[in-house]
Amino acid sequence: MTTTNEFTASTKTGRLADFVDSRVGASGMVKEFGRKIFPDHWSFMFGEVAMYCFVLLLLSGTFLTFFFDPSMAHVVYEGSYVPLKGIGMSTAMASTLDISFDVRGGLFMRQVHHWSALLFVASLSVHMLRVFFTGAFRRPRELNWVVGGVLLIMGLAAGFTGYSLPDDLLSGNGLRIIDGVMKAIPVVGTYLSMFFFGGEFPGEHVIPRLYSLHIMIVPAVIILLLVIHLFMVVTHKHTQYPGPGRTNDNVVGFPVGPVYAAKAGGFFFIIFGIIAMISGLVQINPVWNYGPYDPSPVSAGTQPDWYIGFVDGALRLMPGVLGNFSFEWNIPFPWGSNTLVLSVLLPALVPAGALFAVMFAWPWIERWVTKDNREHHLLDRPRNAPFRTAMGAAGVVFYSVMWAAASSDLIATHFHVALNDVTYWLRTLFFLGPIIAFWLTRRICLSLQRKDREIVLHGREAGIIQMSPEGGFSEKHEEIDVYKRYLLTSFNDNKYIPAQPDAAGHISRKEKRRAKISKFFFEDRVAPVTPSELEAAHAAHGHHEVEGDKQDSIEK
Amino acid sequence: MKALSTKRRHPLAAVALLLFGLLVTGSLYIAAGSISEAKAAETTTASQSDIDEGGKLFVANCATCHGLKAQGSDSGPSLIGVGAAAVDFQVGTGRMPMQMQGPQAQAKPVQFNDEQISQLSAYVASLGAGPAIPDEESLDTTKGDAAHGGTVFRVNCAMCHNAAAAGGALTRGKFAPTLVGVSEKHIYEAMATGPQNMPVFNDSNITPDEKRDVITFLKTIEANGTAGGIALGSLGPVAEGLFIWTAGLGIVIAFTIWLTSRPS
Repeated sequence: MTTTNEFTASTKTGRLADFVDSRVGASGMVKEFGRKIFPDHWSFMFGEVAMYCFVLLLLSGTFLTFFFDPSMAHVVYEGSYVPLKGIGMSTAMASTLDISFDVRGGLFMRQVHHWSALLFVASLSVHMLRVFFTGAFRRPRELNWVVGGVLLIMGLAAGFTGYSLPDDLLSGNGLRIIDGVMKAIPVVGTYLSMFFFGGEFPGEHVIPRLYSLHIMIVPAVIILLLVIHLFMVVTHKHTQYPGPGRTNDNVVGFPVGPVYAAKAGGFFFIIFGIIAMISGLVQINPVWNYGPYDPSPVSAGTQPDWYIGFVDGALRLMPGVLGNFSFEWNIPFPWGSNTLVLSVLLPALVPAGALFAVMFAWPWIERWVTKDNREHHLLDRPRNAPFRTAMGAAGVVFYSVMWAAASSDLIATHFHVALNDVTYWLRTLFFLGPIIAFWLTRRICLSLQRKDREIVLHGREAGIIQMSPEGGFSEKHEEIDVYKRYLLTSFNDNKYIPAQPDAAGHISRKEKRRAKISKFFFEDRVAPVTPSELEAAHAAHGHHEVEGDKQDSIEK
Repeated sequence: MKALSTKRRHPLAAVALLLFGLLVTGSLYIAAGSISEAKAAETTTASQSDIDEGGKLFVANCATCHGLKAQGSDSGPSLIGVGAAAVDFQVGTGRMPMQMQGPQAQAKPVQFNDEQISQLSAYVASLGAGPAIPDEESLDTTKGDAAHGGTVFRVNCAMCHNAAAAGGALTRGKFAPTLVGVSEKHIYEAMATGPQNMPVFNDSNITPDEKRDVITFLKTIEANGTAGGIALGSLGPVAEGLFIWTAGLGIVIAFTIWLTSRPS
């Protein structure tokens, strides 16, 4: 197959460009990719923020590897930080101190690395929340939601392995908890711990092993998943918020080239700048305060970085005994008695496991309950999907209660309350909080939808009170414009679908269960305004009392 | 003397005389001051009159809870044998007299002057042997070893007071306060007497030299400041997480809104 290249460049640059283009076909890619349209909304940019943080992590991390020595060999610190001079510690800790105090720009780079790690996971989380609450995970994007979830887990893994590397007191305490959780796993736990630490905790192997994971495996997996994630974004095209002219079959926005390429490039440097500014001004993880790791001391205020906090919080909330009931079970076996430490095993694995399981399964759960298998490229306003928004809020509260529990000691000292009371309250909220959040959020969503209906049918309250010739008072309502009305009336409306019989006329038990959940989710519902309703409202317009008189038209 | 008398009408004579006079009075004042200071140092071993005065102060301010003879009551422990250091710490930091009953006495503005505090200490010390107020020698941070003090601190103190001495929570409303800004003497006395919920670190547990090392460590990290910038209260990852979720994400969101806004 030969293609004749008719084009002959007249300038030197042109010839060079043509040489490259005729060999790699870049112009085709630019033509294809440069014309991709991305819709404009601030909430669409958190994924981008996470990606830029990741680039920063790679850059600053590479700098740190030039100076960091991940060895647990014992050395006596002789660097320039006086309060630790002459103290024995691991080489990892000593080289971290050297990076902080004796390498030019080292402390700044350490802080850039750590702050961008925190922002990386934070923006990832906000990105996922945006995707969830707007329903962007629906067909065809279910798999990309799963890839995103795995990316979040890999982000946590990257964070945790990195957090442990300096071998300071704080990170050592964190590893000790991991050791405890491993050992709580029945039967194989002690072996897992022995394999992971290369002997008894802390051993001399764990830091180099974590280092290999932290700088090779985990980032490689993240890059791989990131590529898959972006590839799918390009394949699926970006979702958009509903609005006039925006349909399920188009994307309204700006093309990548030149607008988005410029904006995104600029945005990278903005994120870079924000993190550099924070890192220059605000201290993070001062390992010199914590001192070298030693298994005996545990400092007050020992917490993991924020993204692991919810697991730490769950551990803090779990009681060891409940009245006379102990959560530590000794199960007799022929070879002796084995211990099942539920007070560690349950909080360490169950809440996080449940959270991620529901998160990953949610697109399929929703599809099953709503029987909605259509492609969705238009996003939901959160209020227009009360069941989903309420479930999300319940999940957020469930997470946040555990998250807050990780700082129970600081809540106690800073708000002058008893630590025990904080724990009791949070234990209560652990169970009741999600239920309250679900109920409250759904009521708020339904009320907001009712308000939308009111506005569509009766217009916006103008705040002008008119007196009729008869002397009656009424408020003037201004009709909203058609664009706004379109936004308020055209939304994806889920109804309760009763149990459907299959081809043989039989209603399966699973289908009955689905119907029950569907009823729970969609029994209370505010339907979008129909054209006939709107016409009726318009016909009756012009004589509104100060108090609304059309309440009966709202529910169902 | 002739040379002097010929110059007595010199324009600067009055100035010279004034300077001479100031110099003499100044030196006399310094001399007198150092003599009285020396006297004060000698009288740290209390006189009987101090003990008597302290007893009066005790009956007026402390006996309600600690009993008329410091034997203790339902509302306060016995003070026989707690030593002068305990009184000097509790009263000197304003924790005693207690503002109200609670999980632990809180620091508040000091209620007595130095003389009254030393009289009270003398009185309580006279009731039974206990830890004495430390001398200058054991508080001299120029003689301490900050690095060793740091190790002692991390092993014995950091679990309650936080590795950066920022304080921490204990059970049921009790807490370990921050050690930033606490005087050398009070840190020493706290270790020796174990005020409120703190354990006693006696001289065989942490030797006086090690106590001085701990004080040196605390004063060194206090004087060093924070190497990396704003410390966020030295509270560790919680404060850092809070910062990135509020300030960090806040700035990011402000920029995203700016970038996606366009005049329509």
